[in-house]
Amino acid sequence: MSARGNILVAGKPGQGPALVLSAPISFWGGVDPKSGRIADVRHPECGQSMSGKVLFLPGTIGSSSASAVLMELVHAGHAPAALVLHEPDAILLLGLIVAREMGWETPVAVRLPREMFAAFEGRQLQVGADGAISVSN
Amino acid sequence: MSLALTADERRIAGGADGAAMAMRIVAESASLLGAPRLIPIASAHIDGALYHGDSGTLFAERLVEGGAQVAVRSTLNVGALDLMGCSRVRLEEPQRSMARRMMEAYRKLGCEQSWTCAPYQAGHRPAFGSDVAWGESNAVVFCNSVLGARTNRYGDFLDIACAISGRAPDYGLHLKENRRATLVFDVSALPPEFLASEIAWPVLGSLYGREAGNAVGVVTGIPRNPGEDALKAFGAAAASSGAVGLFHIDGVTPEAPDAETALGGITAEITILVTAAMVASAQARLSTAGNTERIDAVAIGSPHLSLDEFGALQRLMAGRRLAVPIHACTGRHVLAELDRNGQRKALEALGVVIVTDTCVVVTPILPDSAGGVLMTNSGKFAHYAPGNTGYAVLYGSLADCVESAVTGRPVFARLGS
Repeated sequence: MSARGNILVAGKPGQGPALVLSAPISFWGGVDPKSGRIADVRHPECGQSMSGKVLFLPGTIGSSSASAVLMELVHAGHAPAALVLHEPDAILLLGLIVAREMGWETPVAVRLPREMFAAFEGRQLQVGADGAISVSN
Repeated sequence: MSLALTADERRIAGGADGAAMAMRIVAESASLLGAPRLIPIASAHIDGALYHGDSGTLFAERLVEGGAQVAVRSTLNVGALDLMGCSRVRLEEPQRSMARRMMEAYRKLGCEQSWTCAPYQAGHRPAFGSDVAWGESNAVVFCNSVLGARTNRYGDFLDIACAISGRAPDYGLHLKENRRATLVFDVSALPPEFLASEIAWPVLGSLYGREAGNAVGVVTGIPRNPGEDALKAFGAAAASSGAVGLFHIDGVTPEAPDAETALGGITAEITILVTAAMVASAQARLSTAGNTERIDAVAIGSPHLSLDEFGALQRLMAGRRLAVPIHACTGRHVLAELDRNGQRKALEALGVVIVTDTCVVVTPILPDSAGGVLMTNSGKFAHYAPGNTGYAVLYGSLADCVESAVTGRPVFARLGS
C-alpha cells in the first residue's frame, strides 16, 4: 500500500508507526509539549504519544498557540516523525516553518485526502521527502 | 493562486537578519493560506510573549540578535509573570527565568509594555476599516466587531513576524466579502430583564460561539447598546466556545447599522431563534462544579477589568471584608489609575488580590487545591479554568461572586431580585 501526498512543509523524511487520530485535537492544552502525549481527557486517543509517530490529523481546533506547542515538540525532540493533514492548517504548520527558520530539523508535513487515512492505521510507515507514504517491512 | 511578493519584499526576505526571518515567515504563511499577496498593516497586538516552552524564548531572542524591530505600533498581550509585583506567580526556575527573558526580548523588539488582553481599553484602537494583525482571540473579535478594523486570528510567531515586516497575508477577514454575516442570532424572544442583566452577555456569547463556530453572524433583538464592557464579555465568551473572529450586532456595531446591511442584502443561511431554555442550558454549561457548598477562590477579569468594572466591584463589596479572595485581573493601564485614586489600597485591604500583566488561567497563581472550586463571572475563565487550573467552576454574576466571596460559600441571587 502506498500513496503520494502533496508537500505542505518540506522537511526530514520520517518513519514510524501510524497514529491515526479519530477526532480533531487542540494542541494547546490537548498535547503535552514536554512529551508529545495526548493530554486532552475528552480526546479518543488520550494517553497515546505522537512522538516519533506518523501522525494523521483530521484537523485541529482551539487555541492559536498550536504552533508554539508543535515547535516546542520539535525543539525537545518529541515531534511526530511526519505529519499527514487533509488540509493546510496554517496555525499548526507555522510551528514547523518557524522551527526550520531556527535551524532545527523538522519533520515533513504532507497533504492527503482524509478518506485515505484509515487504511494506514496500525502500519509501520515511511514518509519520503517527496511526500510518498509507504508501508515499510 | 500563488503568492506574488513585491521586489522590496523579496529583497528583505533574501537577507540574513531578523527582518528577513520575519518576512519569510509571513510569506510562507501566506502561501499556505493561499493568499495572493501581502498587505500593509497599521498595527499589531502580540500574543506570542506568553511562555509555553523554551523554544518560543529562543525564537524571540533570535529576532533581537538579528536586529529586528517592529515596523508598526505593537502592544503586548499578557505574559506569564506579574511584573508589577501585585500578585505572586508560582512559576518555578528555570521556567521563570525563561519567561522573563521572553518578555524582555519582546520589549527589545520595540513592543509596548501593555501586557493586557484588553489593549482596546488601554488606548490601542485602530481606525475603522484599517488592516491590522492582532493576536489573542478576545482582542481579535473586539477589534473586528466593535472597532471595525480588520484582522484575522494571528497566532504565536506570525503576530510578531507581521509586526516586524509591517505586512500580513491578504485573506480571510481582511477581505470585505468575508465580513458579511451569513447567520442571524435573534434574541428578541428573551425576557427584557434577562437582556438587561450583567450575565446576559457572557452567557449569550458562550451560546453564540457554540452555534456560530467560525461563521460570521449578526445578533438581532438587542434594544440598546449594552456598552463596551458587555461587548467585551460577549466576544471573549464567543471566541472561547467557538472560533469566532467577527460578530455584528444590529444597530450597535459599526458594520451593522441594521441587520440587512450586515447580511449584505442576502438572506441568512441560518437563523437561530434564541429561547430562554437555550440560555438556561448555556448558563448551566458554564459551571462544572455541580452542586457544591464550597468555593476556594473567585476570579474576575477575563478579559482584563476596566476602571468601570473595578468601580462596580467596589460598590458591590461596600466595604465588607472577603472570606475568600477575589483575584481581579487587569492591565497596568488600569492599575495606574487604581493607585492614583486610592482604590487599589482600599480593595487590597479588604482581601482583593489584584493580578497585573497576566491572569490566573495562563500561569500558576491560584493555590494548588485538589477538588478546588473557582467562582467567576467571566465566560472565558469558565471555559478555560477547569483545563488550565484544575479548579471546577461555578459561574455567577459579579454580584453573586462578591456575595459568595464575602460569605465564603456559594450565594446566588435570583434574577430580578
